[in-house]
Amino acid sequence: MILKRIQSWLINEVVPPVVLFAIVVAIWQWCVVAYRLKPYLLPSPLAVGQAIYNDASLLGRAVVYTGSAALCGFFASLVIGTLIAFVFAQSRRIRSSGYPYFIFLQTVPIVAIAPLIVRWCGNGFQSVVLVAFILSLFPILANGTQGLLEIDPNLLDLFRMNNASRWQTLIKLRFPSAVPGLLAGARTSSGLAVVGAIVGEFFVGYGSKRFGLGYLINTTNDQLQIDRLFAAVLTSTLFGIAIFGLVNLISVTILRRWYDGPVEDQK
Amino acid sequence: MTEQQSNLIEARNVSMSFSESRLALSEITCSVKTGEFVSLLGPSGCGKSTLLRLFAGLISPTAGHLAVAGMAPEDARRTRCRVAFVFQESHLLPWRTVAENIRLPLELRAVARAEHEKLIRNSLRLIGLNEDDARKPPSSLSGGMRMRVSLARALVTDPELLLLDEPFAALDDVLRQQLNEDLVQIWLRRHWTGLFVTHNVAEAVFLSQRILVMSRRPGRIIAEIVIPFPYPRSPELRADPDFARLCGDLSRRLREAAQ
Repeated sequence: MILKRIQSWLINEVVPPVVLFAIVVAIWQWCVVAYRLKPYLLPSPLAVGQAIYNDASLLGRAVVYTGSAALCGFFASLVIGTLIAFVFAQSRRIRSSGYPYFIFLQTVPIVAIAPLIVRWCGNGFQSVVLVAFILSLFPILANGTQGLLEIDPNLLDLFRMNNASRWQTLIKLRFPSAVPGLLAGARTSSGLAVVGAIVGEFFVGYGSKRFGLGYLINTTNDQLQIDRLFAAVLTSTLFGIAIFGLVNLISVTILRRWYDGPVEDQK
Repeated sequence: MTEQQSNLIEARNVSMSFSESRLALSEITCSVKTGEFVSLLGPSGCGKSTLLRLFAGLISPTAGHLAVAGMAPEDARRTRCRVAFVFQESHLLPWRTVAENIRLPLELRAVARAEHEKLIRNSLRLIGLNEDDARKPPSSLSGGMRMRVSLARALVTDPELLLLDEPFAALDDVLRQQLNEDLVQIWLRRHWTGLFVTHNVAEAVFLSQRILVMSRRPGRIIAEIVIPFPYPRSPELRADPDFARLCGDLSRRLREAAQ
C-alpha cells in the first residue's frame, strides 16, 4: 500500500521534473559546445558540476552559515510575529496604530537600511540574521493577526456561554484557530528568510572570517569565476527549496493531524 | 418535573431591532416554568433564534424586560443558573478529540480536574457514544454523531436551562426522529428546563409540553398550544391520529403566520 503510494508519487511528482531538468541540461551543454560560448558568459553544465565538486566543502560550510542565519531569522519572525499578532488582536486601535510601521518594514528596500543596520549592529552574522528577520516577519504577522481575528462567531458564543475569560478565549480558541494561518505565513516566511540571509550577506555580511552563500555569489562574480558563481547559485536554490519543503511538510502534517486538513491544496 | 412551578425564564414586552427600520421582535411576552420543555415554532427568519439568544444573554433587547432566574440573563448565566446552548451546527473544535470537546465547558468553568473523567463518561453514555468514539477527531464523525457530541458538550455541565437553536435542522428525517426520542429521554432523566427553537412542526409537537407559535418578522407570539400527550413519548406517537391532527392544525397556523 505504502510502497504503491511512494511508487505513484515517484512516477507522478518526481520523474517528470527530473526528466525536464535532464533535457534542459542537455540543451545547455549542446549550446555551449555548438556555439563555443565563452565560459565567463555561460559555463557548461559539466564545468558547473566540476565547480560544485571542487567547492563541495566550501559550499557546505557556506550553506551551514547562511542556513543558520536564515533559521535564526525565521524563528525570530515566528516567535516575535506571533507575539505581535497576539497584541494586534487585542484592539482595533492597537492594530491601526502599529500596522503602517510593519508595512514600512515590509516595503523598505533592504539596501536602503543596510547602512543603518551595519552602523547599529556591525558587519557579520547578527546583521545577516536581522535582515532575514525583517524580510520574513510580515507574512507571519499578517496571517497570524488575521487568523486570531477571523473566528467562527458561533464558537465565540460557545465560549461566552461558558463564561470564558478573555485569556481562556485567546489560548483555547483564538490561538488554535490561528494556527493554519500562522503556518501559511510560516511557509512564505521560510522562503523569504533564506532570501533575506543571502541578500543580507551582500550588504551587511562582511567583516567576519566565516561566510555564506551570498558572499560566495558576490566574490565569485567579482572574480569572473562564473562556473563557481553558478555552483553557488544552484546550491542556494536547492537550499531554499529544501527549507520550503521542510516547513511545508511540517505544516501539512500539523494540519492533517489536528485540523480538517490543509487549508489549501498542497500543489 | 414539577418541584417548582415558578418561571425560570420570562420576557415582558421585549422588542428587538438590529437597525432603525427593521424590527426583529415585537412586544414578546412569554415564560417558561422550571423543568418545563417548551418549543418556539415559527417560519424561517421570524426572530425565534434572536429570542433564544436574548435569553442566553448573548445580545440585549432594544426594549422590554427579560429575566432568567429573576436576573438579567447574562448575570444569571454568570452567577446563578447553569445555562447551556446548542447551536444549529455542531461547532466542535477540530483540534480536539470528541472527549476533549466535551471537556471544554468543564475547563472554561474551572470544574475540578478530578471530576472531569466521570462527568465526560456520564455525558457520553447519556448521549449514546462509546469510549472508542471519545478518542476520535470530530472530522471522522457523521453529521448525526457530531450533533450528539455537541449535545454531550452542552449536557456535561448538568445545565439547569438548555437553549436549543434548531439543533437537528441539518439532519435527515430518520436521524432527527432518533435524536428527538433521545432528547425526550434525557430531559426526563435530567430535569433541565428546555427552550427548543424549530421550524419543524412534528418535532415541536413530539418534544414539547407547550408550543409558542411565532408570526413572521417582526416576530410576535400568536398562539400558545399545550401538548396533551403524556411522557415518556414513544415513536408510535407519531402514528397517533391526534398527533397528526395537532400537527395539521399547527401547520395551518404557521402558514397563516407566514403570509
